[in-house]
Amino acid sequence: MGNLQHRSQTTLRVNGKPHTLTVDHRRVLLDLLREDLDLTGAKKGCDHGQCGACTVLVDGRRVNSCLLFAVALDGCEVTTVEGLSGDGGGEEPHPLQRAFLERDAFQCGYCTPGQICSAAGVLAEAAAGHPSHVTDPAAPSGEPVPLDREEIRERLSGNLCRCGAYPRIAEAVEDVIP
Amino acid sequence: MTGSVGAPAERREGREKVSGTARYAGEFPSPGRAQAWPVPAGVARGRVTAVDTAAALAVPGVLAVLTHENAPRLAEPDDPTLALLQDARVPHRGWFVALVVAETLEAARAGAAAVRVAYATEEHDVTLTGSHPGVYVPEEANGGHPAVREQGDPDGAFDASAARVDVAYRVPPLHNHPMEPHTSTARWEDGRLSVHTSSQGTGAVRAVLAGLFGLPEERIVVTAEHVGGGFGSKGTPRPDVVLAAMAARETGRPVTVALPRRYLPAVVGHRAPTLHRLRLGAGADGRLASLTHEVTTHTSRIKEFVEQAAVPARVMYAAPHNRTVHRVAALDVPSPSWMRAPGEAPGMYALESALDELATELGMDPVELRVRNEPDVEPDSGRPFSSRHLVECLREGARRFGWAGRDPRPGVRREGPLLLGTGVAAATYPVMVGPSTATARALPDGSFLVRINATDIGTGARTVLAQVGADALGVPLERVRIEVGSTELPSAPLAGGSSGTASWGWAVHDACAGLARRLAGHAGPLPGQGLDHRADTTGAADAESDFARHAFGAHFAEVAVDTVTGEVRVGRLLGVYAAGRILNARTARSQFVGGMTMGLGMALTEGSTMDAAFGDFTESDLASYHVPVHADVAGIEAHWLDEEDSRLNPMGSKGIGEIGIVGTAAAIGNAVHHATGVRLRELPLTPDRVLTGLLDRRT
Repeated sequence: MGNLQHRSQTTLRVNGKPHTLTVDHRRVLLDLLREDLDLTGAKKGCDHGQCGACTVLVDGRRVNSCLLFAVALDGCEVTTVEGLSGDGGGEEPHPLQRAFLERDAFQCGYCTPGQICSAAGVLAEAAAGHPSHVTDPAAPSGEPVPLDREEIRERLSGNLCRCGAYPRIAEAVEDVIP
Repeated sequence: MTGSVGAPAERREGREKVSGTARYAGEFPSPGRAQAWPVPAGVARGRVTAVDTAAALAVPGVLAVLTHENAPRLAEPDDPTLALLQDARVPHRGWFVALVVAETLEAARAGAAAVRVAYATEEHDVTLTGSHPGVYVPEEANGGHPAVREQGDPDGAFDASAARVDVAYRVPPLHNHPMEPHTSTARWEDGRLSVHTSSQGTGAVRAVLAGLFGLPEERIVVTAEHVGGGFGSKGTPRPDVVLAAMAARETGRPVTVALPRRYLPAVVGHRAPTLHRLRLGAGADGRLASLTHEVTTHTSRIKEFVEQAAVPARVMYAAPHNRTVHRVAALDVPSPSWMRAPGEAPGMYALESALDELATELGMDPVELRVRNEPDVEPDSGRPFSSRHLVECLREGARRFGWAGRDPRPGVRREGPLLLGTGVAAATYPVMVGPSTATARALPDGSFLVRINATDIGTGARTVLAQVGADALGVPLERVRIEVGSTELPSAPLAGGSSGTASWGWAVHDACAGLARRLAGHAGPLPGQGLDHRADTTGAADAESDFARHAFGAHFAEVAVDTVTGEVRVGRLLGVYAAGRILNARTARSQFVGGMTMGLGMALTEGSTMDAAFGDFTESDLASYHVPVHADVAGIEAHWLDEEDSRLNPMGSKGIGEIGIVGTAAAIGNAVHHATGVRLRELPLTPDRVLTGLLDRRT
C-alpha cells in the first residue's frame, strides 16, 4: 500500500505556454489552474459541474474544468479567460470581453469568465455546425448554425448567473457574431 | 454640476472582471496557505458524543482537525450561528462539527470524509404548519417591525363587505446561492489578523472577529475587494470567516475556507417558508374596507429571525380596517436570515396575488383596482409619503406593456397547446439609510481620491460613488479615483437593505462638497500630500424623518402555459420603478433586471423542501435548486420615472437593489391565472402543480 503512486507528471499547454507539473491524481483542472498556476480567472461556483463558472476551453472545446482530472489532460491545450485574447494576457481584450463590458453583461463578475469562455466555445461550435436542442432539425448537417437569440440562450444555459445578467449577456454575444 | 450622476458610466472594475484578473476572497495566494474543509453534522438534533479524528489525521497532508474539544475558545457571539466548534450541541443538520485543515484541497476533503462523528440523537421537528403547537407571536419581526398592528375592526368590516377574498398562500424556503460560495482567507502575524472575505460589509466582520477573539479592532484588517454576489447571505459574518481565523491561529498558517456549495443552505441563512392568510373586503366600487395579512413562518432553535412578510401591507393600500400579524415557530431547522427583499418579496407575492383575486371577484381591472386604493398617507403610520408614484408606475407600465383593451376573461386565449395570459402586480421597498464616513483628497496633479469602506458586491458601487463625488467636486468623472472594500478605509455600513448607495453616497457627497469648499478658499499650489476633507453623516443620515419613505414599482408579465407539459414560459416581463433619482442608468438597469430575474426564479423554478425525516433541505445544490438559466429568460425590460424627492439624501436616490424581485412573482402568478383560469397559491409554479391545476379545472 505504501508505495502507491498518487502523483504523476503531466504536461499541459495553458494559454500557449507549456507547464509540466507533478499532479495529485485527485486534482481537477480547475484546482490546477487556480492553485498551481495562480490563474484564478476560472471560478469555483459549485465544484460539481452544475454552474459553469469554471468553464475553460480544452483543445478549443468548452468544458467544466471542475469535472476533469488534470492528470488525464496530458498534452492538452487549455485556454482560460486570461488567455482568451491570444496576446499572452496583454492589453487588448477579446471581442467578447469588450462586448461584455459595453453591454454591462455582468454585475458581481464571478460567473463572467465562465460565461465568456462558454460563449467563445459556442461561437466555434455553431461555426462547426454543431446543432443544439433548439436547432431546426431540418437544418443541413455540417453547415454553420446561425446563432439567433434563442440559440444563444439555449447554448449558454449551463452557465448560471445569479445576478441575472442574462439579457445583456445574450446581447453581448450577438454583438460579436460575425 | 458636471453631470456625472445619472450618466451610464462603465463599471470601474469591469476590465478586471472580464479579463479574469479581479481577485475574490479565496484567490490571494500566500506562502504556505492551507485549505480547510468543514464537516457538517449528520443528524438534525442531538449532541456530539465522540469525534474520532485518527483516520483524518493519517491522511497525508492533513495538518489539523478542529472540533469542539480542541478548537480555540471564542467569546460568546451576538449571533449564535457563529459559536462554531464551541460545544457538543447540534442544533440542526448541517451545523459544522469539525474542520479539517490540510496542505491541499484534496487532502482537506479526504480528511473531512475520514472524520468519524458519534452522536446522541434526539427527536427532531422541522415541519412548519399553521397549527404547529409551538407557534407564537414574537415581539418584533426582522427590521424591528412590531409583529402585530391593527386599526379599526377588520373582522367586522370584512364580514360587512360586498366583495370578499379569503385566501391562503404559501412560499417555500428559498436559497440565496450567490455564485461565489462563502469564502474567507485568514492570516495571523504578530498578533494581528488579516482577512480576505466574501462579505457585504467588512466593518461588521471586523467587529465580530474582534469580539470573538478578544482583539482590538485596530489589529484586524478585513478586505472584500470583489464579492461574488451576496443577496443578503453575506450581510453579516458567516461561519467561513470565523473558521478561517480559528484554523489560521491554530496552525500558524494562512488558511482559506471556501464552503462547498451544498453546505450553504444549512449555514448561511435562507428565506424562511411563509404561510399567508389574506382577507380582503371591499365595496362594489373596489375600495378596500378591510385588509388582514397574517403570516406564519419558522426560525431555528438558536436564533429568532422572523421574515416580516406582513409589513408591506402596512404601506400599500388604504383600508380603514386592517390587521397585520406575524407568527413564528422555532424548529430544528437551519437559521433563516436575509434574502433579497426579506419581507417584501414573499409578502407582496401573497398580497398582490390576493388583490388580483379581488379584482376578479369584482370584475374590475387589476390596474384600476390598485389605483382606486391609493392612500393619501402611509396607512399604518399616518405619515405623508416623501414621494409615492405607484399610480404613475402602473399607468406607464400599462402603456408600455400594451395593457389597454386586455380581455379580462381567464383561460380563453389559446395557441395550439398554449394558453396565454398577462398579469400585473405592484412593488414596494422601504428607503433605508445609515450613517457613514468618507474622505476626499485633492492631489497636486489635479486628481481626487475618495476613500470609503463601501463594498461592491456587483452593484457598481465604485462607479456610482465616483459619479456622486465628481458632481459634488464639480470635476469630470475621470479625475476621481475611489478606494472601497477594506476596513483600512473610513468606516461605512454594509451593502444591504438597498441602503448602500444612499448611505455611502451621502458621506461621499459631503466629503467632496466640503473639499470643494476648502479648495475654493485655498490660495496657491496644493501641498505635496494634497488637501483632505472628511465627512461623517451621523446625526443626519440616521435622523428620524417625518415622512414615510419608500420606492414603488409596477410589474407586468406575459406568460404562455403549455397545457400538455404544464410548463410556464414568461415571454415578457416589464417593470417600471419610481425610486428617486437613478444615479447610473447602466448599472441601475442591471440591478432592476437582476432582481426581476430572481423573481422569475421565485415564481417558476426555485423552491426548497425541509425533509421531515432527515431534517435537511432536499434541494441543497444547484442541480436540484433551480435558479433561472439563460433559456428561462426571454424579454425583461426595466424602466423608471424621473422622480424628484428632496427628503431622502443629497443625491435624491432611493435603493434599487431589491425592489425588482418584489412584485415579479405575483405578476407571473396572476398572468398564469389569466392564461388558465387556475389560481395556484403555492410557489413555485412548477409543471406538476400547473398540470394538476389544469386537470382539476377540467373535472
